[in-house]
Parts: sequence; C-alpha cells; structure tokens
Amino acid sequence: MEIAALGIDVGSTTVKMVAVNRAGALVWDYLEPVAPRVSRQVDDFLAKLGAKIGSLAEIPLVATGYGRNLVQQARQSKTEISCHAHGVFQELGHGGTLIDIGGQDSKVIVIGARGRILDFAMNDKCAAGTGRFLENSAARMQIPVAEMGAVALTATEEFTITSTCTVFAESEIISLLAQGVAVEPILMGLHRALVKRVAAMVRSVGLVPPLLLSGGVVKNPAIRKVIADETGEEVFVPTHPQLMGALGAALFALKLAD
Amino acid sequence: MTIINSLKYYWNVKLTGQPFLAWQRRQAESHPKISARWRSDILSPPLKIAARTRELISRHYLEGRYAAGHRPVAWVTSGAPVEILQALGFYILYPENHGALCGVRGAVVELSGAAENAGYSTDICSYARTDIGSVLSGKTPVGRLPPPDLLLACTNICQTVLHWYRVLARHFQVPLILIDTPFVYSKLAEHSLEYVKIQLENSIPAAERAAGRKLDYRRLKEIVQLSKDATELWQEIINRGHQRPAPLSVFDQFIHMAPIVEMRGQKATVDFYAALLKELDENIANGIGAVRNERKRLLWDNLPIWYRLRYFAEYLGEHGICVVASTYTNAWGELAPFMNTQKPLAAIARTYISPILNQGTGYKLATMQRMVTEFQLDGIILHSDRSCKPYSIGQIEQRNRLIQEFDIPALLLEADHDDPRAYAEAQVASRLAAFVEMLDD
Ligand code: SF4
Repeated sequence: MEIAALGIDVGSTTVKMVAVNRAGALVWDYLEPVAPRVSRQVDDFLAKLGAKIGSLAEIPLVATGYGRNLVQQARQSKTEISCHAHGVFQELGHGGTLIDIGGQDSKVIVIGARGRILDFAMNDKCAAGTGRFLENSAARMQIPVAEMGAVALTATEEFTITSTCTVFAESEIISLLAQGVAVEPILMGLHRALVKRVAAMVRSVGLVPPLLLSGGVVKNPAIRKVIADETGEEVFVPTHPQLMGALGAALFALKLAD
Repeated sequence: MTIINSLKYYWNVKLTGQPFLAWQRRQAESHPKISARWRSDILSPPLKIAARTRELISRHYLEGRYAAGHRPVAWVTSGAPVEILQALGFYILYPENHGALCGVRGAVVELSGAAENAGYSTDICSYARTDIGSVLSGKTPVGRLPPPDLLLACTNICQTVLHWYRVLARHFQVPLILIDTPFVYSKLAEHSLEYVKIQLENSIPAAERAAGRKLDYRRLKEIVQLSKDATELWQEIINRGHQRPAPLSVFDQFIHMAPIVEMRGQKATVDFYAALLKELDENIANGIGAVRNERKRLLWDNLPIWYRLRYFAEYLGEHGICVVASTYTNAWGELAPFMNTQKPLAAIARTYISPILNQGTGYKLATMQRMVTEFQLDGIILHSDRSCKPYSIGQIEQRNRLIQEFDIPALLLEADHDDPRAYAEAQVASRLAAFVEMLDD
C-alpha cells in the first residue's frame, strides 16, 4: 500500500482517519468513537497504520473537524467546510450542493464547477436541525437510532411536530404518545421537522444540483426520502459518506507533501 | 438646581476631576505604554488619540455623576435631535452608549438580569434591558447615572425605544418628548418632513420648561454648525479607509465613535476628530495600516459585538484581514450634508428622518454595494443581531445579492450586540475559520 498523505476528522461523536496515495485516491480508512484524549487516540491510530506499512514520519497529516486543534501530530488544521468540499469534489469530479448532518451541527456547502466553495450555511446555535435532535427523540421513544428511519417509512400517516427545538419536541412527543398516537407517524413527523430546518439552509445558499448527503445520518432512509420531498431534488450519497471530511484533509495534506 | 449641588459639581468636575483626567491623558501621551496584551505582532500600535478618547468618555460620565441638581439632565435615544437640548444647556445621557460601555465592561448579564427578574422579556433589545436593569438596580460600571429631568425618544431607529422610554417616563415621573419620524420606504415625502418639523417646534416649550430657560436660536445655530463640522470630519475619517493599508479598522472606529454619538454639537468633539484625522493622515503618509500585514479587506454590517471586539480584531488580524468599512459607523457620518444652520429646525427634521434604520432595506443594500466598490472589499460579515431586529431584517436577501453581484464571500454571523448569552464562540469560530479559508481560496 502506497501512502502519500493522511487526513483526520475529529467530530463530536466519531474520529475518522484516511490515507491517500499520490494520486489522491483513498487507500485506507479507519473510524471509531471519539475518545476523551484525542491526541493519544491519534497516536494509537498512527501506531496501527505504522505497524502495517512502516514509518509514517515523513507523511503529512492534516486535521479537521471540531477537535482539529487537539491533534498535535497534524501539520496543519483546516475547517470541515473546506475539507468536505475538497473531499466531495475529488469523489465527484464536479460541483454540487452537499448537505452534511452531523451529531453536533449540520451544514450545507455549495461547491462550484472547479471545486471552489461558493457558499455555505450552518445550523443555528442549538441542536435543532442536527442528528442530536433525532437521537434524543429516538431515546424518548425507545427505538434504536439505527432503526428509526426504516420504522418511520412504514408509517401510513404523519403527525406534524411543530417544535424544532430538541427539548420542546420531546415534550410534544410525550403528549402525543400519551394521547395514544402510534410511534410511526410521530417518527415521520420528526424527520420532517429536522429536514425542514436543513431545507431552509439549502434555500438560503441556493441549491446547485446535484444534491449530495453526507454525515452519520446517510444510513437513515427516511432522511433521504424527506430531503428529496422537501427540495424536489434526487439525493445522492457519496461512496464514503462519513469520510468526506477526512478525505478532504488528506488531500490538503497531499499538497503539503509536494 | 441647588447651590450645594453646583458647588459639588464645580469641585468634583471642574476643579479636581477634569484636571486629573487631563493630567492622566498627558501622562499617557508623553509616556505611551502599550499593554502587554496588545498583539503588536499583527496590529500596529494603538493610535495616540486613544488617550484623548478615554479622557473624553471619562469626562462625560464624570460630568454625569455630578450633573443632577446642577444642570438639567436629559436621557435621549442615539438618533435623537439633541441639538435643541444642547442649546438649552442640558447634560445629555445616551442609555444606548452606556449600554455599549456595559457590554465592553462585561456588565450586561448582571444588569439585564435585574430587568429580566422584574419581568422584562429576553426578547427585548439588550440595550433596553441593560438600561432598565441599571435603573432598577442602581448599578453601573461608571459609578452613578444622573436621573433625567426630561426624556427624548425619536423613532428613527426602532420602535423599541418608544416603549422603553415610556417605561423610563413612568419610573422617573418626568416628561417624555416623542419625535415620530415616518419610515422612508423609498422617497422622502415633503409632508413627512413637515410633520417632523412641527413636532420639533411643539416640543420646544416642554424642553424649555424642563431646562428652566428659553431657547436661544443663535446658540442653536452654533450647535448645529458644530454638529455638522464633527459629522463631516467623522465621514472623512471613515473615508480614509479607502487607503491601502487602511489606517483605521472598524474595531477602532467602534471605540472612537463614542464622541460623535454622545457629544455631537460640542467644540471639543470637533477638535478631537480633527486631531484623529491628522494622525491618520500621518500614518497614511508613513504607510502604517491598522493591521500590519493587510491582505484582505472586509465590510461589517450591523452593530458591533461589544463584548468580543478584541477577539474579532485579533482573529482577523492574524490572517492579515482588516475590516475597513461598516454601515454602522457610517450612519453617523452620512447625515452631515443635511445639517444646515440657515433653517435649523427644517435641517434637523431632514437629518433625523434620514438615518439608515429609518429607510427601506434597499437603501442599506445600496450603501453596502457602494462600499464594496469604493473600499475595494474582498468579503462581508453581516452580524445578525438577536436584539436589533430593524438592523437585521433583510440581511439574508442582502447577503445573497451581494454574493451574486460581486462574487465575494459573505458571512452571516448570529450573535447579540450586548448580551453574551446569545453568542456561542465555538460556533462563531468555526464559521469564521471557514470564511477565512474561503477568502483565500
Ligand atoms: S433595537 Fe436596535 S435600534 Fe433599537 S435600541 Fe436596540 S439596538 Fe438600538
């Protein structure tokens, strides 16, 4: 395996690391829940990779994500916005609009024909419009997060959840459940409430097709369907939806290697 | 007005306080010291005028401390036609400026909390909450505020002031003069001007009663002239930002704008801005910019984030970015041409109906478009201010149009000008960092 550069994305829930070869193709990746001591975790990552391919000393590493400044081993840090745009452009070979819904925040990035960021938007100062909104609600309804999308899609009707505030939505759920409403229509309403927030962000920056989705929620089929409903655009998912940030970071690192 | 109070005023203000502040300023001028926290690696040394700015502001609040019972006191909104009150000899306090000072000094959460405990909603403008909280608790970082004998509110900035000043009128049991300035959607109508002028005329007897003296029109003309002179100088100072590197950043402007807001119509203010302009011209001649390595130039829209001025100046400065223009500081310069001593009341009416916040959103957009070209800007930061709805409305559309027209990045940042509880630094930092990367792309 030829490794020319490394990228690491320290998010709020997971750490992702990728390696690329000289051509910028992804050759290795690794993902695990974020540990309290990020720097030590990165050391472990590097040791694992080193054990496989030998010394990593000369290979540049760029960090991104919320915890990017905690990665002491990195030569440089870059924001998730730049890295996601870079990663997606590499995968697609053309521009588009990327929606990334993470645990802590969500963002919409418009990427131009030559890979330049044309505009971006991020969610407000709270958890509304992020993955945390669904996680909290799933916990309240005692449904595993991984299944909530599939369960929602079995609904034959939909209940409107008016609050996008995570805390208020929880009380809304409690009262709906108390009224004897079934779980599925509530779940569908929750997905819609979340996506409406994100769709407003898409409108604020102006959608340039194709529409891409990345981040942890891509595995949720209901999110994809509702985004398509709300934006009127087909939703594409990159081959490595969770690794776009780390890939972009590795591509920045590749520039340092030159 | 009592003799005891006047004696106290003369002793504390004229005989001891002012000479002490002047001595302090002279010390600072002759032995300039740069604070250890100043980031000399990225910012040029602070302007010499800063010592005078400090002196003027301290003097203003010192006078306020001892004004009650010696001079008539008026509390006014930032866009109030103060020239009439100045001609009547009032000491004039601007609760909004006081609110900004509380923001810089980190006193807002406590003061606003006092208002919130009394039932005022957190959705009300943080200036109003800070002021009402300060009135209710009696606390202020400047020692003591003189209670008003008269209130003057002008609706040319927002409707909040209307309700806020009614609260003050009830609390202090003093008369409130309200000048209602009809909104200028696109074109200023003559009948609107006439309507404002009539209100000004009608307000004079009430102001004269509170002042205990008659308005001297000669004095009024002098004051209008001084206001005009200071405002013109301020506009020139702002326009020095056309230079590369810009000799003054808007973060400096936010500090040095205090006199144009709260000391318009005074000779000392005119002298102050003449001196500031002179210093800037020297710096321009010597190639000294506010940011040492100015690479990119930005526009700031809306009020400052008072409690994080340093953070923004330093973060952007580190990346060679200077914010050189702002619609906010410009608002105090652009009215100069309307001021006119021939028909002072008509001129005052025209001046105070024309502020940016009393005009349609298209006017602000046009101002920003002009600034992008004139100041050769590379990007825009629009502060979406939780408190100031009239300033923030339309920003999403304005932002999109500016991006399209000029193909430069524009960032909408959510915060509050005074209340740090409506500000999330981690979120702001991640947006700012991405924006900076876009500027370099
Ligand atoms: S709402 Fe805006 S214009 Fe009105 S007092 Fe507050 S900051 Fe000033």
